[in-house]
Amino acid sequence: MLGLALAMLLPVAFGLAVNEINPVLDFALSIEIALIFALVLIRICFIDKSLSWMHGMIVVSMSWIVAMLISAIPLWLSGHWVSYLDTCFDTMSGFATTGLTLVQDLDHISFTHNLWRHLIMFMGGQGIVIVALSFFVKGLSGAFTMYVGEARDEKIMPNVVNTSRFIWAVSLVYLFLGTLALGAVGILNGMSVFTSFFHGACIFMAAFDTGGFAPQSQNILYYHSLPYEIVTIVIMILGAINFKLHFHIWMGNRREIIKNIETRALFISIVITFLITAAGLSQVYPKAMILFRKGFYQLISGHTGTGYQTIYASQFLNEWSNLALVGVICAMALGGAACSTTGAIKMIRIGIIFKAIIQDIKRIILPERAIVVEKFHHIREVFLEDKLVRPALIITLTYLILYGTGAIIGMLCGYPFLNSLFESTSAAANVGLSCGITQIGMPALLKITYIVQMWAGRLEFMSVLTLFGFIVAAFKGK
Amino acid sequence: MTLKSDIQNKRSKTRIKFERDLMRTAVCFISFVSVFLILDIDCRAQSVSSAELIENAKKYDGKFVLYQGEAIGELMKRGEFAWININDGKNAIGIWAPLGLIADISLLGSYKQKGDLVEVSGTFNRSCPEHGGDLDIHAREIRKVSKGRQIPERINARKSKFALILVFILGLVWILSLLGKR
Repeated sequence: MLGLALAMLLPVAFGLAVNEINPVLDFALSIEIALIFALVLIRICFIDKSLSWMHGMIVVSMSWIVAMLISAIPLWLSGHWVSYLDTCFDTMSGFATTGLTLVQDLDHISFTHNLWRHLIMFMGGQGIVIVALSFFVKGLSGAFTMYVGEARDEKIMPNVVNTSRFIWAVSLVYLFLGTLALGAVGILNGMSVFTSFFHGACIFMAAFDTGGFAPQSQNILYYHSLPYEIVTIVIMILGAINFKLHFHIWMGNRREIIKNIETRALFISIVITFLITAAGLSQVYPKAMILFRKGFYQLISGHTGTGYQTIYASQFLNEWSNLALVGVICAMALGGAACSTTGAIKMIRIGIIFKAIIQDIKRIILPERAIVVEKFHHIREVFLEDKLVRPALIITLTYLILYGTGAIIGMLCGYPFLNSLFESTSAAANVGLSCGITQIGMPALLKITYIVQMWAGRLEFMSVLTLFGFIVAAFKGK
Repeated sequence: MTLKSDIQNKRSKTRIKFERDLMRTAVCFISFVSVFLILDIDCRAQSVSSAELIENAKKYDGKFVLYQGEAIGELMKRGEFAWININDGKNAIGIWAPLGLIADISLLGSYKQKGDLVEVSGTFNRSCPEHGGDLDIHAREIRKVSKGRQIPERINARKSKFALILVFILGLVWILSLLGKR
């Protein structure tokens, strides 16, 4: 909460610079509330002991809920959200880098509130506990449990604090370069210098963190610009790549891009899902350029988990064929790389499962005495073992259950199967593409379902399931 | 006499016929003009909403439409043309217009101002072949219906009072936490 209060100083400073008084007041109020709660919690809950695995997991899952509730306050005070639940929906969507939104009249929102929406995504993409690890943690006690709790199990540096700082360094360097690129394109598009760079920074934060919020209600369609779409595609792909891979590329090991199982799986998966989508869109967009800007753009946006759209939500259902929708749903369900800002099943798990299937087929085909050894390259050569395959399969299965559960609840609320599956997958995989279900009028049950899906999907279940287990145990008195 | 009266009769008949024809023509003309005017008024009234256009994009594809809404964001000039996004309260739709048509638009909707209300008549495209498949309207005429206005920002008194109360509570909690440590 102290971290959030500090983060809110940025929109306050920006709001004062652009002379937006009431939005600044909204943030001042929110900072005060955050500080009061932080002081009370420090007084009540402070302990010196190092965190166990269970406590680390619970701290992470609870931190995300508290962050959602506190960060929603300034947005709710703006009057652009119908209810506090809608605001919480948007802040969880922001932190989980989903991009589904229930905001009203976005075209008249203040710069200050708009900056906060995108800043939430930037913090959520790196992991809000990683923010705390990077800037507030001196010792390493319990840091690793929280790091893992935020769905990151790969260390780039010798310890997680340095790893967190590296992730922030990478993100800030790209933020500078990405804002410059988008700002320049914005100016060429005919926008004013201030708006170009403001939109550039916002769009970068949401694209690199595979979020999907945009400063205007039309999302990327607002710009009507091919160069803008190409730059955002590059940023989305950069965001979908493993930070460990970024580290090795920065260190000059460029061959890792070609050899790595994740980049290979991502490439193959993009090609296959695009072929499916393109087959379904051949009648809708007969021209290659239109197919690229409408078909490929939504597909890559879905695959990287960003959710940027260059079409209106209802066009998915009214114009796209079922085959094309299935292609996009598959892309959304698969996601990007592990230890990146994307959600969903992730490429490393798909690669491992695929290798395991090949290994099993070889075991059946080859003589019984033959020793079948399967390897894959992920930074180094790794032997495929059951202890790698098992968690990959369990997490994949859990994601599929999460997608299905959301779809069933959607159908219970009266939406057709394909629409429900599309929106549920988008929420649980932290994508943000919408076929039109996500709107203010949707049932509160579905809003809460999507909030839980976004939260559980982003944290990859472990910390969320630990919290549920802890609550059940507390009720049983164990 | 008979011949003269016959000629007079014929003339009067011809005149009557001519007058009748003239009357018929006049009635037809007035009816035609009336129908035309009614149809014209009807056409002007057929302003289509963004939701209607987006939901029924195939039906309106390539058709001449009338669309009304608030100009928002920024004018994005591209050579002799410009993009302007018009929001009718539900959605915003991109309008592709020659610079000459948008010269009147001075205020665009944002946090601090309500944009000009404009009426656009032009060709609707479900998937514009000229603009990479964008759903847009190519404007033939843009009319400013009403001028936008600046939105003055007044400090919210209730929020200010609440902020002051919270400062007091925060100070109290902080002092109590300091005392608790001792």
